[in-house]
Amino acid sequence: MNAALRETLTPARRACGSLSVRVMGEVCVLRCSGALWLPVHGTLVAGDLHLEKGSAYAARGQMLPPYDSRATLDRLEAELAELKPDRVVLLGDSFHDSRSIGRMAPDDRARLDRLAEDRDWIWLEGNHDRDALGAERVNAAAFAAGDFERLVGLPGRVVPELSVGALYLTHEPETQARPGEVAGHLHPCARVVAHARMVRRACFVTDGRRLILPAFGAFTGGLNVLDPAVAGLFAERPMVAALGRDRVHALGWDSLV
Amino acid sequence: MTTLPPLFADWFARRGWSPRRHQLEMIAAAQAGSHALLVAPTGGGKTLAGFLPSLIDLAERGPRPEFGPGSGIHTLYVSPLKALTTDVERNLMTPIREIGLNIHVESRTGDTKQSKKQRQRDNPPDILLTTPEQLALFCAWGGARAYFADLKCIVLDEVHAIWSGKRGDLLNLALGRLQSFSPGLRRVALSATIDDPNLIAEWLAPGGRSEDVAMVRGDPGAAPEIDVLVSEGRVPWAGHTGQHAIPEVYAAIQRAQLALIFVNTRWQSEFVFQQLWAINDDNLPIGLHHGSLAAEQRRKVEAAMARGDLRAVVCTSTLDLGIDWGDVDLVIQMAAPKGSSRLVQRIGRANHRLDEPSRALMVPASRFELLECQAAREAVADNAFDWEPRHTGTLDTLAQHVMGVACSEPFDMADLYAEIAGSSPYRALTWEAFEEVVDFVATGGYALRTYDRFARIVRNADGKWTVRNQQIAQRHRMNVGAIVAAGTLNVRVASRRGGASKQLIGGRKVGEAEEWYFEQLSPGDTFVFAGQVWAFQGISGMDALVTHATGKDPKIPSWGGAQFPLGTSLAVRVRRMIQDRDHWRVLPPDVQEWLELQEQRSLIPDADSLLVETFPRGSRHFLIAYPFEGRIAHSTLCMLLTRRLDRLGVGPLGFVVTDYSLAIWSIRPMDALDWDALFQPDMLGDDLEAWLEESFMMKRTFRNCALVSGLIERRQPGAEKTGRQVTFSTDLIYDVLRRHQPDHLLLRTARADAASGLLDVARLGQLLTRIVGRIRHAPLERASPFSVPVLVMIGRERVGGDAADMILEASAQDLIDEVMEDAPPELQGAA
Repeated sequence: MNAALRETLTPARRACGSLSVRVMGEVCVLRCSGALWLPVHGTLVAGDLHLEKGSAYAARGQMLPPYDSRATLDRLEAELAELKPDRVVLLGDSFHDSRSIGRMAPDDRARLDRLAEDRDWIWLEGNHDRDALGAERVNAAAFAAGDFERLVGLPGRVVPELSVGALYLTHEPETQARPGEVAGHLHPCARVVAHARMVRRACFVTDGRRLILPAFGAFTGGLNVLDPAVAGLFAERPMVAALGRDRVHALGWDSLV
Repeated sequence: MTTLPPLFADWFARRGWSPRRHQLEMIAAAQAGSHALLVAPTGGGKTLAGFLPSLIDLAERGPRPEFGPGSGIHTLYVSPLKALTTDVERNLMTPIREIGLNIHVESRTGDTKQSKKQRQRDNPPDILLTTPEQLALFCAWGGARAYFADLKCIVLDEVHAIWSGKRGDLLNLALGRLQSFSPGLRRVALSATIDDPNLIAEWLAPGGRSEDVAMVRGDPGAAPEIDVLVSEGRVPWAGHTGQHAIPEVYAAIQRAQLALIFVNTRWQSEFVFQQLWAINDDNLPIGLHHGSLAAEQRRKVEAAMARGDLRAVVCTSTLDLGIDWGDVDLVIQMAAPKGSSRLVQRIGRANHRLDEPSRALMVPASRFELLECQAAREAVADNAFDWEPRHTGTLDTLAQHVMGVACSEPFDMADLYAEIAGSSPYRALTWEAFEEVVDFVATGGYALRTYDRFARIVRNADGKWTVRNQQIAQRHRMNVGAIVAAGTLNVRVASRRGGASKQLIGGRKVGEAEEWYFEQLSPGDTFVFAGQVWAFQGISGMDALVTHATGKDPKIPSWGGAQFPLGTSLAVRVRRMIQDRDHWRVLPPDVQEWLELQEQRSLIPDADSLLVETFPRGSRHFLIAYPFEGRIAHSTLCMLLTRRLDRLGVGPLGFVVTDYSLAIWSIRPMDALDWDALFQPDMLGDDLEAWLEESFMMKRTFRNCALVSGLIERRQPGAEKTGRQVTFSTDLIYDVLRRHQPDHLLLRTARADAASGLLDVARLGQLLTRIVGRIRHAPLERASPFSVPVLVMIGRERVGGDAADMILEASAQDLIDEVMEDAPPELQGAA
């Protein structure tokens, strides 16, 4: 890692336990919740909510608890209450499958509307929810008017990708990324062993040029950052920021297993 | 007195045998149409006694009709071990062939080929040998009712090993099902000697009416000859490997034809195996047998034993049950046996003839273990066995059974409730609890009722419950069973690829081992596996990657001592032995001196009181207590005590436990505590509840319940969900469910399981009640003789790396010197 990058990556601890780093010069606050806060732009970013994952399994005969959407929205609501962002960007795979929106409990669905009120609410498409969001966009009148972003039932708008300052927000990280790429999709997690115990936590991964967010959803599993699918995206050893109970821990690459 | 039919009497005579009393009594029970429980020691012709009534009945029946009544299975045999069915099939074929009976016997396990299973369905054998899991599968099959309509008898072998757990619950529910298919079905169970056979009779009987079961007791065999090995007249202060006695163990092997060396953990078996080969100057064929070795390797060792090619096998409980693999003439128990029942089982491996005494040698690894070995020897002589509590059926297994029934045929709720309430472990099941289980099976049982449209079982036009579709039924059948294997990893030899990705590539598979073991290793740690030293490199997917280690000294972490905690009856005996000064005379001199020194320096507690010592050591303050209730109950007690000590401002820093004692150390002194208040039984209320919620053990337990109940599927068509993935997702589910529906059926089941199994709360409760007003506190200036074993454990927890053993040894000697300082000269030799 070159000296300039190391400089920008030296994390600053915030009072709330979050870590602050710079990616392409932009201040990025890595939150304990797993969300990314861009204070300069008043923008909150969360990846891979996978809403209604529990009911997706139930529909196929495995009765996982139906409380995952509620748990995920609880955490999102807490972040909105604390940070009061002007803009919320969900990095794709916000819904687990194409029928997730229809399966949401009325309470949860209504809460989504409430959370999106009075702010710019942006959905990026992911591989899991392209169809779900696509179905929402079949709106002939809006289509005719050239307004491709409006949705039928959901609040907010859908965009394929989004630039925020020097950052470029998308769902799936590219092998040859544009500088400033912020992506989700991989659900990275880090494993360390200490005091004869293994600890595994969802994590952020960044080398100062690009940033990968952990999954925000309550039932989402993870992929070890040492897996080539994650590690292979970085030419140099990135920094890993693992989510603790009330703080984010910066981990050295060598301490991972 | 019943006599054998001529055909059978002739066969016995030709073999030079006469029928044993218990074999005739089993035939008499069959003639009376009664259920029967045979309790007999190993080597008494127990299995034959179980089958004789069926063989006689089948011999009298003559040729079997091709179809219609009487064309189905006559007798079903169920054993807890797959390997046992093969063994029994072989042994059963001998009389059938030699008498010339026309009886068709087949076995069916998870390993049986699909084509054979299909044939067994189309053309059932007279006698089918199978496992509880296969039986549960039968119950979930559409043709079950017709298939078992002719069933006359079911024989449950080694029932003592299975009745009091979830597999026993499932088996008992299946018994109820079979009884409804064939109301005249006779239930027969075979058990090793246990403390209270009436509990098993109660378990076996329909409706728990033990008076309906004929109790048959085998004659006791010749009393075993049990020796305790005292190496060069000395017993080590602490330790649990028995390393000091290896040369004498080797000498005992040299004198025997075939010795079985039992240890309590598989890692201990690796260690003892290594140590024996290190001094194996005669190149004796010594083998290794434990559950982590690749199956082919185990089969090889078993075959070599049966051929008489081996002189000794180091093994774990994998060889506990009644498989007869050769003429074992000596059983060596390394380290303490932990329970008298297990000891008797293991000793039974030596000499399968009832009239000759079995020979056994116990090798205590420490002074407390010597007391335990002595207690075990006396318990065996007194025919005293470990006490087991009555078992209540768990709801996760019931959910699996209900789903199975729905897959088999539509059920009426009231009828099924009556059937299940007739199953002994579920006698106390209320209608409301049953309704809740059915709701759980249908929709997961969530307060937020959003899954009704996805229900797995639905009511048909007659109001009966049936599985929604065949895909769901098929997936259920793939996941039947109550044994949830710990997540295992393949151990593979790895090579390292260059570059920043740290990518390792797995090669040849050496065996399999539990995931938790590797979780506590760091890359570079060395350990012994399958008789060789390896360096751990990392985990990749389902593989633990290892390389050959160059150094000769493995770290072998996770010594952890025994898997089994000290049994209740031995614990009582050890406590009494310590209190009874006359009893000390049977002990080796150095152990007597150790007890005397303890009396001078501290206290010798009464059998019913609890000794608590406090003393400063280094910069810390120590509390040592001696409950003798086993590691599990001690760990739970320490967890709860440290919470209380924390609230009292003592600043507890850590704790360790052994089977005999526990140690807690802290920043501030603990001499002036109110002991009765500290050990108040009310700690099992809120303190336990609060701690449980945070405990990672709860997540493990919850995972098991989720798998058994069918909430999570291990296997899905096409892809097997790995243990690793299951662990991870159930943790998330546990967190979410706990927050949003804390009284959910599975959470309640998991809490009850943790309390009974992992935490031994019942035993801890008995301890706390016993010691109210009986705590004897000894404030000391320094460590007491009794405290050495547990204090040495603390050393073990701290050190790591290759030098661990050296440091350990050195620190143990320092401690002993410290304890012995100022001791009267005649006692100095005790160190």
